[in-house]
Amino acid sequence: MAEITPPRAIVALLTLFGLGWAGYAAGAPPLGLALGCLGGAVFGAILLWRPAPERPEPEPQAAPEPPEEALFPTLEELMNAIDDPSLLVIGRRVVRANPAAQALLGTHIIGQDVRLAIRHPAAAERLIGDTKDDESRIAIELVGIGERERPWELVIHELKNNTRFVRLADRSGTQAAEKMRVDFVANASHELRTPLASLLGYIETLQDGAAKDKKTRNRFLEVMHGEASRMQRLIGDLMSLSRIEAERFRPPAETIELGPLIDEACQATCATLGTDLAQIRIESADKSVAIAGDRVQIAQLVSNLVGNALKYSPEESPVTVAYESVSETMVRLVIEDRGEGISPEHLPRLTERFYRVDPGRSRSMGGTGLGLAIVKHIVERHRGRLNIESEPGVGTRVIVHLPKNPPTLSSARNESVTKADAPSLVAMRDSR
Amino acid sequence: MSNTTEHTVKAFDDDIGELRALVSEMGGLAETAIGDAIHALIRYDLETAARVVEQDDRIDELEAEVERHAVRLIALRAPLADDLREAVAAMKIATVIERIGDYAKNIAKRVPVFEHRVEIEPLSILPAMAQIVSEMVHNVLDAFAARDAEKAKEVIERDEAVDDFYNSLFRALLTYMMENSHNITQSTHLLFIAKNLERVGDHATNIAEMVHFAATGEYLDDRVDVSETFAPEPEEDS
Repeated sequence: MAEITPPRAIVALLTLFGLGWAGYAAGAPPLGLALGCLGGAVFGAILLWRPAPERPEPEPQAAPEPPEEALFPTLEELMNAIDDPSLLVIGRRVVRANPAAQALLGTHIIGQDVRLAIRHPAAAERLIGDTKDDESRIAIELVGIGERERPWELVIHELKNNTRFVRLADRSGTQAAEKMRVDFVANASHELRTPLASLLGYIETLQDGAAKDKKTRNRFLEVMHGEASRMQRLIGDLMSLSRIEAERFRPPAETIELGPLIDEACQATCATLGTDLAQIRIESADKSVAIAGDRVQIAQLVSNLVGNALKYSPEESPVTVAYESVSETMVRLVIEDRGEGISPEHLPRLTERFYRVDPGRSRSMGGTGLGLAIVKHIVERHRGRLNIESEPGVGTRVIVHLPKNPPTLSSARNESVTKADAPSLVAMRDSR
Repeated sequence: MSNTTEHTVKAFDDDIGELRALVSEMGGLAETAIGDAIHALIRYDLETAARVVEQDDRIDELEAEVERHAVRLIALRAPLADDLREAVAAMKIATVIERIGDYAKNIAKRVPVFEHRVEIEPLSILPAMAQIVSEMVHNVLDAFAARDAEKAKEVIERDEAVDDFYNSLFRALLTYMMENSHNITQSTHLLFIAKNLERVGDHATNIAEMVHFAATGEYLDDRVDVSETFAPEPEEDS
């Protein structure tokens, strides 16, 4: 069906008029004139109802081709297509705001003064100042638009007639990475400084003459040994963390048998902690369970988790290590203790580097504050899942899902998995 | 894109808009000042601290401008009902924001005291308290810009958390001073800073009440002081 578009209507009307005029000019009698007009009308109608492709050549002066701009999207459509919050400001008034901007700044901003939409002092001057010719694009880093603490880059494009196009680009990704790096360096140096300071203190005391007393000297040396080995452990942990991070986009390819590896890791852990191996119960439903993994890293994962379980549960209380194949592709490893448990508010932050529920106690037990961070990174590198469930007074369950075969994941997915340092932990309370 | 409550005299809308924009700009400055002052304190950043002190002049200027604007608007256009409320509220809010700016300046001025900082444990609580306070200021300014009475109410509810923070900080600092008498100077300054933050929280509550009033025409009736907080109340069983 042909639509009645303005050009076509004009053509039809002009035809009608033209026929009438021709009749009049030829001196036709009124009846003929009327007939001519009628004919024109009929012809016009036919013209209107003819499908578009068969439209006859329009008279050149009557129906110009539709302007090229009509083919372009409207300003509205264009702005809606921009994902970044964007505003069009004329003078000081916001005249257009795309949905992203309305979501961030509120729907009330349209028609309002731009300073009500963005009230950051650094932006205010630029947003309402006079248009300058020499600066057509201004970019300002801002924090705290919409949500507090969230970093943005505000880009103002000066257009003609005192119009500005304002776009907000999200900078939270880069900023978060930067902040994490800074925090990490600060934390790591703090962690290293503490044992170092105490070492220096003991050395000074020994130099001052305490070395003469054999008993004191031996006690001091023992403490110094402890502090020095704590630093060594810390550096070791930091190095393995950075190694795991460096390899995180390369999934492990080696096929490893979980059973012997767990036995080995448990033995090693017990030896270092000086606990009886009998405290650990290893259970498995399947005879042979193999995963795609890195042998050293999986051993470290088991050892860190079992070590935590042993450290935070009373002596003689059993620690269970269970592993089984749960699906075609996944293996589940559960490490469970009957220790004191962790209160729910700590659970989301447990895998942060240097996060400690009880800082003093963790250090006195020789913890580096990196154990669970390492576990998390190992699990991520193996494309697995980590869940920690705990209830104070009952115990803690750490559940690790590891894939059997090397999964094929796009690097984009990997990034999304590894990007957020907040792990996928589930705080669960038993209904008991 | 039509404004539902447009006035016949378009210039009136422009006037009110300009007035509100000025208040919002002031708010932006005060909000940044609070955040910067606390950052400066935590990082011992004298440059930022100096900038906060400097920027306060701009807030004062804007306050005068808001006042002039509001008075002229009332005198020339004799607004009624919600328009009058809007004008009066803008003027009052500007005064309160100016006070918030002063508190930020006060905090910034104390930063140089912490040159030789000893590890003061309560100092780690301060950022958490500052965060709630700045969030309150941020949200109340959002509520003002959006004429959102509900959001304003939410801000009022958070003031209690700030008071709790202040009380616990007060206790902690007091204990700290008793334990280490040579840190009394710094601890006292921290106490003043905490007090300033607590006042900022109260002022945010005041703004919230005015935003609520301007938007609805109703006063919030629960204007009872949440346990006067110049000092924690003594425990009864001691």
